[in-house]
Amino acid sequence: MSQVTLSIDGNKVSVPSNITVLEAATKLAIHIPTLCYLSDLSPEGSCRVCVVEIKGARSLVTACTYPVSEGLEVSTNTPAVLEARRTVVEMLLANHPQECPTCQRSQTCELQSLAHELGIRNVRFTGEKRKYQLDDSNPFIIRDNSKCVLCGRCVRVCKEVQVCNVLEWTERGFTSKVTPTFDSTMKDSSCVFCGTCVSACPVGALTEKSLFGVGKPDKKVKTTCPFCGVGCNFDLNVKNGKVIGVTSNLEGPVNGRLLCVKGRFGTDYVHSPERLTVPLIKKNGNFVESTWDEALDIIAKKFSTIKNTYGSDALAAVSSARCVNEDNYLMQKFMRAVIGTNNIDHCARTCHSPTVAGLATSFGSGAMTNSINEIPDCKVMFIIGANPSEAHPVIGAKMRQALRKGAKLIVADPRKTEMAQKADIWLRLKPGTDVMLINGLMHIIIRNEWSNQKFIANCTTGFDKVKAVVEKYPPDLVEKITGVPAEQLYKAAKLYATSERSSIFYTLGITEHTCGTDNVMSLANLTMLTGHIGKPSTGVNPLRGQNNVQGSCDMGALPNVYPGYQQVSQPESKKKFEKAWNTILSDKPGLTLPDMFDAANRGDLKAMYIMGEDPVLSDADAHHIRSGLLNLDFLVVQNLFLTETAKLADIILPASSFAEKDGTFTNTERRIQRVRQAIAPIGKSRPDWQIIADLATRMGYSMHYDHPCQIMDEIAKLTPAYTGVNYDRIDATGLQWPVPEAGHPGTPYLHSGGNFTCGLGYFMAVEYEPPAEVPDEEFPFLLTTGRILYHYNVSTHKYSKRLSEHAPEERMMLNPEDAIKLDIKENDLVRISSRRGSVTAKAWLTDAVAPGIVWMSFHFSATPTNEVTNGAYDKVTKTYEYKVCAVQVKKA
Amino acid sequence: MSKDQTNQCCCGGNNEQFAKLDEVLVKYEGVKGALIPVLQEAQNVYGYLSKDIITRIGEKLGIATSQIYGVATFYSQFHLKPRGRNIIRVCQGTACHVRGAKAILQALEDNLKISAGSTTPDLKFTLETVACIGACGLAPVLMINDDTHGRLTPEAIPGILAKYA
Ligand code: SF4
Ligand code: SF4
Ligand code: SF4
Ligand code: FES
Ligand code: FES
Repeated sequence: MSQVTLSIDGNKVSVPSNITVLEAATKLAIHIPTLCYLSDLSPEGSCRVCVVEIKGARSLVTACTYPVSEGLEVSTNTPAVLEARRTVVEMLLANHPQECPTCQRSQTCELQSLAHELGIRNVRFTGEKRKYQLDDSNPFIIRDNSKCVLCGRCVRVCKEVQVCNVLEWTERGFTSKVTPTFDSTMKDSSCVFCGTCVSACPVGALTEKSLFGVGKPDKKVKTTCPFCGVGCNFDLNVKNGKVIGVTSNLEGPVNGRLLCVKGRFGTDYVHSPERLTVPLIKKNGNFVESTWDEALDIIAKKFSTIKNTYGSDALAAVSSARCVNEDNYLMQKFMRAVIGTNNIDHCARTCHSPTVAGLATSFGSGAMTNSINEIPDCKVMFIIGANPSEAHPVIGAKMRQALRKGAKLIVADPRKTEMAQKADIWLRLKPGTDVMLINGLMHIIIRNEWSNQKFIANCTTGFDKVKAVVEKYPPDLVEKITGVPAEQLYKAAKLYATSERSSIFYTLGITEHTCGTDNVMSLANLTMLTGHIGKPSTGVNPLRGQNNVQGSCDMGALPNVYPGYQQVSQPESKKKFEKAWNTILSDKPGLTLPDMFDAANRGDLKAMYIMGEDPVLSDADAHHIRSGLLNLDFLVVQNLFLTETAKLADIILPASSFAEKDGTFTNTERRIQRVRQAIAPIGKSRPDWQIIADLATRMGYSMHYDHPCQIMDEIAKLTPAYTGVNYDRIDATGLQWPVPEAGHPGTPYLHSGGNFTCGLGYFMAVEYEPPAEVPDEEFPFLLTTGRILYHYNVSTHKYSKRLSEHAPEERMMLNPEDAIKLDIKENDLVRISSRRGSVTAKAWLTDAVAPGIVWMSFHFSATPTNEVTNGAYDKVTKTYEYKVCAVQVKKA
Repeated sequence: MSKDQTNQCCCGGNNEQFAKLDEVLVKYEGVKGALIPVLQEAQNVYGYLSKDIITRIGEKLGIATSQIYGVATFYSQFHLKPRGRNIIRVCQGTACHVRGAKAILQALEDNLKISAGSTTPDLKFTLETVACIGACGLAPVLMINDDTHGRLTPEAIPGILAKYA
């Protein structure tokens, strides 16, 4: 970009020629007041608060829109400029209700500060005030149009950043106002309550309901969201030692001002009255309150006895993708170094282990290859088995940003999700036929010579085998099995293969199948075939579900690997960790989650230590799990709440939430970010890492850390990808692993230039296998499961009042055609039964599901969907097949 | 647009009516800046722009309904509510004002039992106010459709309305 030199208030400055006068002034630290301008939005130039004088120009110009040019002479505070600004602000004040003392925005209101800054004493004009009905229709946002100053920031934020197009300018002249379509309330609009518009409103026209009537925060603490794997940053607002709400922190490296409804409005669970506050010990079938000393001593004794009597492998632990890295690291260290077993696993088993296994096989590294902020620059996005608008909402927004910039979209999904509706090509495949589909696409790509021969030759191995296999998947066969017309397959193959920057995104729709690992390797094949990997905005991206599922895997909360995916069965890694932990370790890979419950049912497993998870509610085939847990001699559950699993425990330890501790989460794009303590632990609860260290010490293995940063230092020493990580370096924006040495800047995208972590990328030939359970006469419907925007797995529904108010109960999606056949109407209660169990839910008639398919979430304990789902699992990683099972549906 | 989506509409209008809208939409497919002409033609067919019509136009043209609603409310030529078969425009301009236009408006509102800017439930009349229709000599004045009625008194109103009922 060429440079130009201009002068502002007599100061010369050289700037790129494509910026505005306002941006140039910022570089000189010259302040120009603004109102309708926001640096992350397109400038609108409508409010005229930012006017400046340009030498030779006939009238004042708006600095936020005026481009710089060579020799420009700008004055920012002449009397004429100040008078013009004053007039603008006084006119706004003349129309503005005089409600400042009671307004929630008071003190942070930009209209107030403009009035102060411009020295306005009294308003020279009197004007008619607008009076509109207050929109108080929903649990999240209060909209008071009477206070709106028509800056349009909310309109642009919703259009350009969140890309939902809910708010728009309507009417004109004095009656013009900003409203949702048809002047409806926000509740009746298409608003998804991300609250991004609230973060943009300069006045009290859009405010957070949660922050009403609680006063000004004493402090704001920047931290990382505890819900999904996107890893948004935000400010926890704290007053009198309580979290009162959340506001955007524009420095968030992933999300900026964007958040979703869960992050912005769902953290009220921290202060749920149902939080556990003291250790509980079950005596004669009832839980009685106890002390940490008593509880931990009993556990230490029990664990030691069981270890000495039945051996180390009679104990197992479930770690948690919701807990910080430091908790997970200590949990696996505890099991390995103190108990002496590799029996440790966590819920990644229930979602993304096929990703870790599949991508590690193909590429040598099992993670998202690209960064979230590369998404808006994709040319083609291929979303398969993922519903980012609901499960990873901020990634959904980034994808909509890409679409706004002209990206093309291919969606493979049995359901008509938001993205399917927006897709250029929607492949409505039958559930469980993904390998068939992908092999079919590869067949077409090879036959039409759209493959990237050079990439295949230089960077990969094993292509011939894959070529031979996909040879057997001609379009007519693929059409027959997947239900996708051959013509669409052709279009999708061409679009994906021939674009400049294509990225694949997938989630549990790919992994939660008996062929989950196969599915993942198929996708890896597709990227290597086309060379769409190892470049910005180009790759294969598993969107990981839970906030720290990437981190808990990195930390070795898995039965076969130490931190950093170093195999327990490999003598060198074993030696390395024995030296570091000063103990003897087992080289026998431990039990996976499903194996643990099998072993418990058989009586081989005697004790379990479950941290932060609720397998009874979240794992497939709940009966089997409950019976396994009941069969144990001793069960310890460490959690925030009295979960279904905790009810079965012998001892429950109250843990602290993310707001009460320091630590780190690693998000789905491998970014290690800080979690910061905002309030003191609730009741007598303690951070998980402290509990584990205390327990280890009581068992005779001294674990002492003053602060989690010391745990991170230990992690960095032992985990190659984390070598350059410490709390100082990640303070501002985190770091994306691999960070192989001190001072390394981190890695935004993997496998740069086709140099795979494992050298050459491996093509793995994969054959299609039908799902383990398919519909038949007795169970004619195919049930598939997923999540909804307003809830997060199995935790928020009960404990966030606001989210529950908005989405209180389970609803089963049913195609209207099927509904007619079954004589089921909207909201009728229906019974859904499989070979394993049955539940009831209300019917939701929608063509989002195809005939023959029903869909449910798994968020609600009143409707434990997993009583019905299939306990069959992926043959490689034992990830349950949640996505497909056969059911009957009847009016209840 | 897939078949199941077209069947899904829960519009007030019957399918034949939507067929006409679809004709308009097909005509403008891929045309840039088509929104305003589409809205005009749709209003010609249906008399006003209902929620269903706006929603359908949005789907077919790939424009957010919020944006269409914004445009439709910006221009006074577009109507978002059904309009009466007879449009009454009662003048409130200066000349009429000094000759008692307020009382005329009041009489209309009383007789029709609606306020200015709305439509009778039986869709017979829509009552609107205007500022000067250029017939100041006849003040106070009103127009019904294309007919001008001047030198009005409140007492004359029921008789005039009866001619259109
Ligand atoms: S909350 Fe989000 S979706 Fe709703 S209007 Fe605001 S920005 Fe748009
Ligand atoms: S609601 Fe707020 S952000 Fe939106 S136009 Fe009004 S003042 Fe601006
Ligand atoms: S998108 Fe995910 S990380 Fe971001 S606010 Fe929502 S739940 Fe939290
Ligand atoms: S800030 Fe520049 S015109 Fe509003
Ligand atoms: S003022 Fe009424 S017609 Fe001119």
